[in-house]
Amino acid sequence: MTLHVLSVLVEDKPGVLARVSSMFARRGFNIHSLAVGPSAEPGNSTMTVVVDAAEIEQVVKQLRKLINTIKITELDPAESVEREVMLVRVAADASLRGELLDAASVFKAKAVDVGATSVTFEMVGTPSKVNDFLELIRPYGLIDVVKSGWIALARDSKTRNLRAIS
Amino acid sequence: MKITVAEALIKALEFEGVEVMFGHPGGAILPAYDPLYDSPIRHILARHEQGAGHMAEGYAQATGKVGVVIATSGPGATNLVTPLANAYMDSVPIVAITGQVPTHAIGNDAFQEAHTWGISMPATKHNYLVTDPADIPDVIHEAFHLAGSGRPGPVLVDLPKNILNTEIEWHQPTGKVDLPGYKPNTKGHPLQIRAAVDLILAAERPVLYAGGGIVAAGAHAELLALAEKANLPVTTTLMARGAFPDHHPLSLGMPGMHGLYAAITAIQKSDLLIAIGARFDDRVTGDPAAFAPHAKVIHADIDPSEIGKVRTPDVPIVGDARTVLGQLIGKLDRTLDGAPAPDHAGWLETIREWQRDKVVHYQQDPAGPIKPQFVVEELYRITGGQAIVVAGVGQHQMWASQLWKYTKPRTWINSGGLGTMGYAIPAAIGAKVGMPDELVYAIDGDGCFQMTMQELTTASTEGVPVKIAVLNNNNLGMVRQWQRLFYNERFSATELTNHTPDYVKLAEAMGCVGLRAEHPSEVGPVIEKSLTINDQPVISEFRVDPDEMVFPMVPAGGSNDDVAMSLEDLK
Repeated sequence: MTLHVLSVLVEDKPGVLARVSSMFARRGFNIHSLAVGPSAEPGNSTMTVVVDAAEIEQVVKQLRKLINTIKITELDPAESVEREVMLVRVAADASLRGELLDAASVFKAKAVDVGATSVTFEMVGTPSKVNDFLELIRPYGLIDVVKSGWIALARDSKTRNLRAIS
Repeated sequence: MKITVAEALIKALEFEGVEVMFGHPGGAILPAYDPLYDSPIRHILARHEQGAGHMAEGYAQATGKVGVVIATSGPGATNLVTPLANAYMDSVPIVAITGQVPTHAIGNDAFQEAHTWGISMPATKHNYLVTDPADIPDVIHEAFHLAGSGRPGPVLVDLPKNILNTEIEWHQPTGKVDLPGYKPNTKGHPLQIRAAVDLILAAERPVLYAGGGIVAAGAHAELLALAEKANLPVTTTLMARGAFPDHHPLSLGMPGMHGLYAAITAIQKSDLLIAIGARFDDRVTGDPAAFAPHAKVIHADIDPSEIGKVRTPDVPIVGDARTVLGQLIGKLDRTLDGAPAPDHAGWLETIREWQRDKVVHYQQDPAGPIKPQFVVEELYRITGGQAIVVAGVGQHQMWASQLWKYTKPRTWINSGGLGTMGYAIPAAIGAKVGMPDELVYAIDGDGCFQMTMQELTTASTEGVPVKIAVLNNNNLGMVRQWQRLFYNERFSATELTNHTPDYVKLAEAMGCVGLRAEHPSEVGPVIEKSLTINDQPVISEFRVDPDEMVFPMVPAGGSNDDVAMSLEDLK
């Protein structure tokens, strides 16, 4: 698996997410995760698309071909901040709670709901840290997991614009 | 002054210079048909929305203008999917206007509701569902801008009925478009132009591979100038037939699966392939790994996504074909500085030998049956090649491309990428509407003909005197050819039964003139007769040999090193 993180600035028009996801489906590209929200400029949205592809050039070109796409930046993990939010409910009766809370504190995960048979954690971190925590607690019995998908920002002046070849 | 969105739509279309629309009315689009009644825009009432869509394409391909098709919601819009997909594949600029159920009914499975926006999305360059009435003048302007600029293509505008009925304050479109993500790069990068010219001057066995982008960009004069200046043999793809004169000594004709041996082989042996406005389609390349194995590649296209999609070029150039060719010519002149370009004499002589030795051949027995190739050659001879030729898809299309000597762009119209059977009749009608003073001769097969023959009524009632030659072999000829070659002659579902329909009676029933040739001696006279009738559409049926096959042939997915010139070569 070769993951590429694309930050895609798009016009905030109805259906733009459908255009992006339809293009991925039609061209047979794999989306690993996709997160979208308003960008700094009103009227635009930023999508963080994580693509599983050996070769990213054609993906970028097809994305750029969509009329509502304004700009695409490939983010280098070494030169960007990447985060993911996870909510996870894990099976835990009172006897296991302490053990789980200790593990969570190491990962800076926060217990946000505690019940008789389960604990729900919230964790914000790099996608790999989030994954590490998930694997750590998996043996206790996962009841539910939701993830936000990756979001990412380039570090100051480390943005590498992917330009169409010309 | 307040006017309805429907009235604004028609005004906006008039503002874009639209002179004709092809369409079919219905409930949701009714408000737009009312102001159309008073408009100078001519409306051609097709008998099926698919026909209307192909008419708009034929019009666009013949004239270079944006074609317009209008249809209602639901089935009206879904019937347009094939023309949209066809236009997208062949980069034909059309704008489709569709009615939609009222906004409050959208999503409720209302009568004649279809999710047109979603259905048409992957078949269009861009599409709109208009929900703000005030947007209409600018949306129409944007739609025309998108359809006709950059890499041309289809754009659809979906208009809910209540929006069409809403009153707005009319404002003339400003002419500006607000498309921050759409700025096609038309000029090639100077460094790449220099690199390309260096490769061209260093090449010993160059081939210029001209695609449909030459026609779209109107770059035929520049193509000829570059070819002559640098002594480059030119192959024209199915979408580029006519972009380079076939009688020119540097012309190779069509490449690909049913291309000419010299064109296919020149590409295979070349050390430099200069692709302009072409996309390395699988019908050209065969097995891409075995395609032009010794060639360096210069690839120029207005669409960056085509570059590197199939073949990684040595010199990529993003730009408009005409601009880039102009840049290449300029740079070549400056680099040569009066010195002659390499003459490639040996290479051109080798090509001429292939052209002499490996010709497309058939044998017309005077006793019959009529060979389909003979009909195409007779049509060419009798018309002097002075016609816009329109084809459907299949054997007849390949013969019409192989055997006709095209000399001008936009005189060959066909469905290349999507391979849409039934394209010829409606596309010919559209072409004739756009070019009423030209002879428009469709060369069709009987399978294709029966897919869209209801449009004969459109041609006769709207006064569009197209001429259609039906090469009737009573079979789905190309499919039959594959069954013969690859499926042990098991002719499953390819026979179209014995001379049904009766094409002469059918033509007459549809308000056209019907002619028939059953014997080789009748072919010439029937063609000549067809040329004397110019106030009605003329359908000429030629009963041709069903066993005739298209050669040369490179079997699908095979290497272009293995060109079969006849059935024997495939055994």
